[in-house]
Amino acid sequence: MDKIYAHPKSLRDVSTHYCPGCGHGLAHRLITEVVDELGIREKVIGVAPVGCAVVAYEYWDFDCSEAAHGRALAVATGIKRVRPENIVFTYQGDGDLAAIGTNETIHAANRGENLSVFFINNAVYGMTGGQMAPTTLLNQKTSTTPDGRCAQLQGFPLKISEMLALLPGVKYIERVSLHSPQEIIKTKKAMKKALINQMEGIGFSLVEILSPCPTYWGLSPKPALDWIKNTMVKEFPLGVIK
Amino acid sequence: MPEIAINKDKCKGCFLCVSVCPQGFIIAEDELNIRGIKPVKFKPGGKCTGCAMCALICPDCCIEVYR
Repeated sequence: MDKIYAHPKSLRDVSTHYCPGCGHGLAHRLITEVVDELGIREKVIGVAPVGCAVVAYEYWDFDCSEAAHGRALAVATGIKRVRPENIVFTYQGDGDLAAIGTNETIHAANRGENLSVFFINNAVYGMTGGQMAPTTLLNQKTSTTPDGRCAQLQGFPLKISEMLALLPGVKYIERVSLHSPQEIIKTKKAMKKALINQMEGIGFSLVEILSPCPTYWGLSPKPALDWIKNTMVKEFPLGVIK
Repeated sequence: MPEIAINKDKCKGCFLCVSVCPQGFIIAEDELNIRGIKPVKFKPGGKCTGCAMCALICPDCCIEVYR
């Protein structure tokens, strides 16, 4: 009998600190599967964010760096320019990439840095206690918007992928989701494409991943996936943006 | 016959695998694991088809599939 689904070699066999049903564990695993399939484990350098995934380097069994909050793309730019032979990616949440790190994100994209970005959008700040993020949906309840996000007070959900797609330096942007096995397969394909783009020198590639945060959405894991499918996808439509 | 191996001590009991198993053969374990939660187990007597959807959706990489 053959093992048709095995633990990826680049993923350490340890328990993660993530909550039950959290999308980070899934996204971590998909990245390691892609790294194994491309055979780039000795060449890849990941840059971890600040947020729930701050200790991602404890789970990935390849070279990693850690960046100050929001500055992952600035750190990755430095690494890639000094070591162009390495494959450099950043892994950032919505608070990291689209709030405190908006500046670094936009300018790295505008410079057309040859990097791959994995952007986890779960519409909430997970690590700090479920506060409103720039990507929080209208009427979504968080600990800082107890009556739901109101456009007049807090503005609209920030669509950073669509904004970045306007920049000539950006070569590939796709929005994917983790809400079903089919979508998980699409997510893996998009991740692979983002890394292959970098290996071929094509340029800045970003994959936005809609990911569940059951704890701060106040839902059980399965209803959290349904919430992505029925509600979040309407605000953040899936597909290739550029 | 295909089968799955579940690492019960790593399982956090999110039950996403239960929700995607087309045969409905993944169920809650009766006993607690080292985390103090009820993990999942394969239903005794169930016939796994080896579709690997459970392994694909498991956020904690607890399931390996043999076919």
